[in-house]
Amino acid sequence: MENLEQLVQDGLSAVEKADGLQALDQIRVEYLGKKGIITQQAKTLGKLSPEERPAAGQKINEAKGQVEQAINARRSELEKAAIEAKLAAETIDVTLPGRGQDLGGLHPVTRTLQRIEDIFARAGYSVEQGPEIEDDYHNFEALNIPDHHPARAMHDTFYFNLGTVLRTHTSPVQIRTMEADKPPFRMICPGRVYRCDSDMTHTPMFHQVEGLLVEENVSFADLKSTVEEFLRVFFERDLKVRFRPSYFPFTEPSAEVDIEWGREADGSIKWLEVMGCGMVHPKVFEHCGIDAEKYRGFAFGLGVERLAMLRYGVNDLRMFFENDLRFLRQFR
Amino acid sequence: MKFSEQWLREWVNPNIGSQELMDQITMAGLEVDGFEPVAGEFSGVVVGEVQSVEPHPDADKLRVCQVSNGEETVQVVCGAPNVREGLKVPFAEVGAVLPGNFKIKKAKLRGQPSQGMLCAEAELGLSEASDGLMELPESAPTGQDFREFMGLNDITIDVDLTPNRADCLSIKGLAREVGVLNSLATNAPAIESVDAVHSEVPDIRIEAPAGCPRYLGRILRNVNLTAETPLWMQEKLRRSGIRSIDPAVDVTNFVLLEQGQPMHAFDREEISGGIVVRMAKPAEKLVLLDGQEVELTEDTLVIADHDKPIAIAGVMGGEHSGVSEKTRDLVLESAYFDPITLAGKAREYGLHTDASHRFERGVDYQLARDAMERATRLLMDIVGGEPGEIVEVASDEHLPKAPRITLRQKRLNDVLGLAIDADTVENILTRLGLSIEESSGDAWRVKAPSFRPDIAIEEDLIEEVGRIYGYNNLPVTEPVGSLGLSVREEATRPVSAIRNYFVAQGYQEAITYSFVDPKVQELVDPDHDGIALANPISADLSVMRTTLWSGLLKTVAHNQNRQQPRIRLFETGLRFEQTQDGIDQQPMLAGVVVGNQTPENWINGRRATDFYDVKGELESLFSLLGIEVDFIASQHAALHPGQTAELMRDGEHVGWLGTLHPQVQKNLELNGTILMFELFLNSIVTGYVPNFKAISKFPEVRRDLAIIIGNDVAFAQVEHVARRFAGEHLTALRVFDVYEGESLGEGNRSLALSLFWQHPERTLNEDEVHSLFNGVIDALKEELGATLRS
Repeated sequence: MENLEQLVQDGLSAVEKADGLQALDQIRVEYLGKKGIITQQAKTLGKLSPEERPAAGQKINEAKGQVEQAINARRSELEKAAIEAKLAAETIDVTLPGRGQDLGGLHPVTRTLQRIEDIFARAGYSVEQGPEIEDDYHNFEALNIPDHHPARAMHDTFYFNLGTVLRTHTSPVQIRTMEADKPPFRMICPGRVYRCDSDMTHTPMFHQVEGLLVEENVSFADLKSTVEEFLRVFFERDLKVRFRPSYFPFTEPSAEVDIEWGREADGSIKWLEVMGCGMVHPKVFEHCGIDAEKYRGFAFGLGVERLAMLRYGVNDLRMFFENDLRFLRQFR
Repeated sequence: MKFSEQWLREWVNPNIGSQELMDQITMAGLEVDGFEPVAGEFSGVVVGEVQSVEPHPDADKLRVCQVSNGEETVQVVCGAPNVREGLKVPFAEVGAVLPGNFKIKKAKLRGQPSQGMLCAEAELGLSEASDGLMELPESAPTGQDFREFMGLNDITIDVDLTPNRADCLSIKGLAREVGVLNSLATNAPAIESVDAVHSEVPDIRIEAPAGCPRYLGRILRNVNLTAETPLWMQEKLRRSGIRSIDPAVDVTNFVLLEQGQPMHAFDREEISGGIVVRMAKPAEKLVLLDGQEVELTEDTLVIADHDKPIAIAGVMGGEHSGVSEKTRDLVLESAYFDPITLAGKAREYGLHTDASHRFERGVDYQLARDAMERATRLLMDIVGGEPGEIVEVASDEHLPKAPRITLRQKRLNDVLGLAIDADTVENILTRLGLSIEESSGDAWRVKAPSFRPDIAIEEDLIEEVGRIYGYNNLPVTEPVGSLGLSVREEATRPVSAIRNYFVAQGYQEAITYSFVDPKVQELVDPDHDGIALANPISADLSVMRTTLWSGLLKTVAHNQNRQQPRIRLFETGLRFEQTQDGIDQQPMLAGVVVGNQTPENWINGRRATDFYDVKGELESLFSLLGIEVDFIASQHAALHPGQTAELMRDGEHVGWLGTLHPQVQKNLELNGTILMFELFLNSIVTGYVPNFKAISKFPEVRRDLAIIIGNDVAFAQVEHVARRFAGEHLTALRVFDVYEGESLGEGNRSLALSLFWQHPERTLNEDEVHSLFNGVIDALKEELGATLRS
């Protein structure tokens, strides 16, 4: 039995030297397996007297326990080292760029249109669409722009033949919607419009949003709040708004809307014109078969590119339609 | 309209500064576009008098002058050809500063001392160019400060008038408006009738009374048109942007500016017989004052004599009957022409005149006589002459009638959103020149004045009250309205969802013009004719697009020319096609892709995008939309014949996907392989509302097979046959390998497929699956000539 201690010492030293899980397992088999060196010691018990056996058995068990404990401790150590080695081997440079698709982006006009639609949708305005090649009646006549009106000047309307034009505003959508349905109305009509004009500050195609609200009891005061609130929500600040009398054939009273946009050299407010608006002209209601004594309405219109330029600081209108990727990518 | 602030202030002079005045009229709806000083910035210039002129001893072109400033006489060397003894001129004394900070100092010119400078108009910023010294009238007080003498501390205000405010196209009208805003009366110059001194009158006949309801003529005999228009009148014209021509033209222009009545002066000698106002006859021609000869259309109102037209009514006079220095007797015209008859006429002849601008918008129909008297008096003051009686021919039936309009107080309050008291309303209406004929407590009966042709209905009065009351003084209230809910179909996805999908796939949205270059479109869509604009802005924007590809491919070219090799673009918008039923305007979704499939990166990303990349992106889109679309091998004129798919949904054409035809690509000067697609938006946006099916608890079975099959057999055929024989519990069929190689024999390829089965209610047994799988294999062999790959 003296050599039991020696065997344990040998085992412990072998465990200590084991440099891998496999080697450790071999040691376990060698010492603690069914035919293991320490396990085999149990066979010597038969040679002992029954009185001696329990103590000797216990010693063998203790020896097994000692080695087993060492093996388990060593295994944990080795496993931990293995994981650490694996982790070390798997370390990557997380600062390298990711791969895959670049994100694209919406055109700034669409981005602006979506914001405008969203603002009005939250107040219950529907979004209406209409044709871009429009007949004379819907583009002009029904909007109280008779044949002889200066606004019909050939030089700013694109036309195809007598009676067919590219719509010069999105207002005809109002007419089509009012013709097709019954009041009340609360809608906006966003879309492409066309004017035969091209220079630094004009493109032959641009976008407008036209708004219309028709109810039994609506006034110019309601129009003022709608326009003012829209501008404040759009620009996300509390800017000054003023209403300047103007003239549109399809509204009366009519106003142009200016917003405060910085200061003039002399310190006075610099006003920028951003929208047109007014109360729906009774002639327009008449054309749509709506009783102008029962219903009143207001309408407003704005240029989308104009608002986008102010919002994003774009200084050249023409860039919107060059579709240069270096421009477009700035708005994703 | 441009006008001088001083001139306006002669008529009405509110106690406010220039800026405030401009703000005030802008806020009344007469938008001030800008203003500029009427002269350059200068000081130290006085009225000088040239007392003597001697030749310069050493220079042929220079003279040595003695010039008085009223107190002393100094020597000035001058090179102007019109310098002469006795001349009154603007004299910049030593110490003067002229525009451009040009300081006048003592100088010697070719040895002769010169103390100051005699000035031309251009040197004082009074005109763009001038030849010779500015000549002042003899009455100019020598020594007076020149700015003061000329009243140059004045600005020209440019007001951009809306077409309804024809009444403000004159000093008189603007003054009236400013008077209303400030509650001031205006000081109009008195107009008295000029007595006739002879009995000669023009013979006037109106044959087109609808176009010309009133025409006044007067003969002014023995005038001297060599006389000079007085400086004060020249200055008023200049500050209104009108050049001085001769006294007759200047006076008619002056009356136009002051009163708002366009007039015309004919040379009586050149009028044969008398004046006839009529419509033009077929093929009649007229040489206009600007020298161009026009052929008149029959809907043109003309002033004619007994032989020929002598003017286009309300637009421009003829050259032949125009006045000149030699003219002895004038026939003056002052008329009211109907705006609708004249509408657009000037433009038809490529003209736009101060007269046509006013007549088209509506001149005061009661103004013609006053204007005639005013012009006669002003003319006689300059050119002398003997006036005859005014002949007036008018058709009451055709003259506008002053409308009587009822304004209801309730309506006014309802529209403006404010109760305005009756006194305020009446005060505003009266100040505007409207006469209140009846007042019943809750309504007024109002007569519109002849100078406001724009006021015809109740809304016009409401606008006037609101405008003068001040829009910004009106209240602000939030609208109150119905709060009904509206339908939005769940199965239909908004276009914004599609846009966002493409953005996530790396596409940049473009917005291109709806009109395109017909040459590009002919290449991209030769099967459809674009609808041509009658008045395009340029040849390359002259037809409506029949496909969004036209604009997108031009955008590719633009960006490729700017070192952008990787381009992924999409656009939504209408395409236009002429059909038998009219013009078809369809919303489309289109995309073009060129360059690497992913941005170049450190591990790969140098693979060019191919057909299957884009097809995969479209398939994902269709999943998103909840629709099934078949890709059918097909042909399209703009696409590669071997790489074109027609997209069909339930047998209906919904679009195209393909590679741009290499020849078209070359013609458009584009680089790389360009993939493109275009879809009819309305055909794809509506899918389905999800409908739950129980999830099977039983295992799924997979079987793989690889077949060798002819290249001419499409995968779609293989799938079709396989599905037909795989039974109802087939849940999926996938291709996991496609291989072509010599070992397979020419014209063959290998397809590796996996099939998945699952039963909703039980486990499928081995025999069942085996039999279905073998059935599929047999069918592929028999129907498509496939062999199993070992």
